[in-house]
Amino acid sequence: MQKKNLVLIALFMALAYIGVPWIIGVSGRTDFYYTLTSVALLSIASGGVWLTFYIGRINIGQGAYALAGGYVSAVLMTQYGFSFWASLPLAGLFCAGLAVLIGLPILRLRGVYFAMVTLVLTEVMRLTALALSITQGAKGITSIPLPGELSVFGVTLVPDFSTMENPKVGFYWMAVTLMIIAFAVLWRIVNSRLGHLCRSLQQNEELASSIGVNTAYLRVIAYAISSFFGGIAGASFIAISQSIYPSSFQVVDSVNFMLNCFLGGLGYVLGPMLGTLMLYFGWDLLFTTGKYQLLIYSSLLIALMLALPNGVLSLLDRKKA
Amino acid sequence: MTTLLQIKNVTKRFGGLTAVNDVSFSVNAGEILSVIGPNGAGKSTLFKLISSFLSTSSGEVLLDGQRISNLAPHVVARRGVVRTFQETTIFRAMTVRENIIVSHHLRSNASLWGFFWGSRAARADEADFGASADAIIEFLGLESIRDEMAATLPQGHLRALGMAIGLATDPKVLLLDEPFAGMNHDETMHMVDLVRRLRDERGVTVLLVEHDMPAVMKISDRIVVLNFGEKIAEGSPQDIQNNEKVIEAYLGSEDAAIGM
Repeated sequence: MQKKNLVLIALFMALAYIGVPWIIGVSGRTDFYYTLTSVALLSIASGGVWLTFYIGRINIGQGAYALAGGYVSAVLMTQYGFSFWASLPLAGLFCAGLAVLIGLPILRLRGVYFAMVTLVLTEVMRLTALALSITQGAKGITSIPLPGELSVFGVTLVPDFSTMENPKVGFYWMAVTLMIIAFAVLWRIVNSRLGHLCRSLQQNEELASSIGVNTAYLRVIAYAISSFFGGIAGASFIAISQSIYPSSFQVVDSVNFMLNCFLGGLGYVLGPMLGTLMLYFGWDLLFTTGKYQLLIYSSLLIALMLALPNGVLSLLDRKKA
Repeated sequence: MTTLLQIKNVTKRFGGLTAVNDVSFSVNAGEILSVIGPNGAGKSTLFKLISSFLSTSSGEVLLDGQRISNLAPHVVARRGVVRTFQETTIFRAMTVRENIIVSHHLRSNASLWGFFWGSRAARADEADFGASADAIIEFLGLESIRDEMAATLPQGHLRALGMAIGLATDPKVLLLDEPFAGMNHDETMHMVDLVRRLRDERGVTVLLVEHDMPAVMKISDRIVVLNFGEKIAEGSPQDIQNNEKVIEAYLGSEDAAIGM
């Protein structure tokens, strides 16, 4: 079992790092770099949302943290001269800290009440970005520099993006690497005692606290990790677009992060990754249907949820049983 | 005999309703003490006050002389006072063994961070919890359902699982909420035996709330009787059966007759 997992991971990494660039090289579809980079980054944010689902909370507010992370990174780079590589973890940490402050009061809520509050967060963040002077209101922050060189002890790990022949390839590598790290963290959480504790929260908070689990603390930690992922994804995105506006992440993005989890499967670590891939490509593939795109897309989503309420990955369990 | 748990002048008001009114009694170490009373007498509320799931309006609960009322439930659990619930309160989507393993949380030496990285302490904990869970499974005779999903279990097994969850926390005092409810005579006798063994073999002090009078009379060292939120009697099963106030309280209610 363990061995089989290792083989699958090696295959996945070979596909992501070697297979995809090769296919793109052969087919000449370089636009796929951008698409797959987006999928990778969006799946990090969705992975965060998935973790809040895992402790039994419906999170429709990840867009708020993506936006906050984006602005933190943009402000640090353009106004304080930070390098992108320093701003990236700081954006994540800022979001985690923000999540602790916001989470302490709102994580007491359950079910639809928590969901409603998180739904508002994205809009609050957008209005905040509009109102503050440091975020430059509706004008947003533009001409954000490309990521520079990343070196540790004089060894260049990542070359300066502006010297790259094709920065898109650089972003693709970065996004895929971040995604693999993020999902490795999630996998480790779920498969250690932490996951056990999270499941105990999800299934019965009262009982969890009566067996001595500090439920409030665990909830806040999980929410902070979730928002850290959101911040990282947001900061990476604005490095690609080199600009950020209050509308860069909207309520609809928050809803999509949640849908990605539903579609892929809430019981599976890789659910949000698969869900993001399918939703993103599904939408793109339906582009040719013109004005019926949204109609067909949403009908398909509803049909999928009716047929596979536990997500696409539940097909695996069905085969086993 | 040493006093382990002390309930001192505890009162709980919900708006205008006084659910528990100035109740005092103490529980000795190694004792099985039952709290009985007609429906709505405030038994469940009292349990929630002792386990800090509710905060008191006045008065306090002491464990070994230290106040445990008005704390967070997980802190009280950490001190050694653990409440089990009626049968529906389990981790439904886990197996029996997983339910018991996760309930060992209080015994863990490793930090959450340690569990993430799989530190030496974390691995020692995991092995420890597994072994202890197996011992509890054996103690309660749950071997046949070790790997069953909790959601699929029949009532009797769920009750035993609830007790297993309580045991896993290694409590000083176990609060059992209606452990015999809905059981037939044989099942009740089995459970009575189990609760006794809990005390005799594991040294757990047991406080229980129960309706089943024959079982209560059989199992209890002492009994506390509540009516309309007030303590009306306290004493050995013999004393309680002959107490006029108690008889009056029960004759006044239509649902339960005191088993004599």
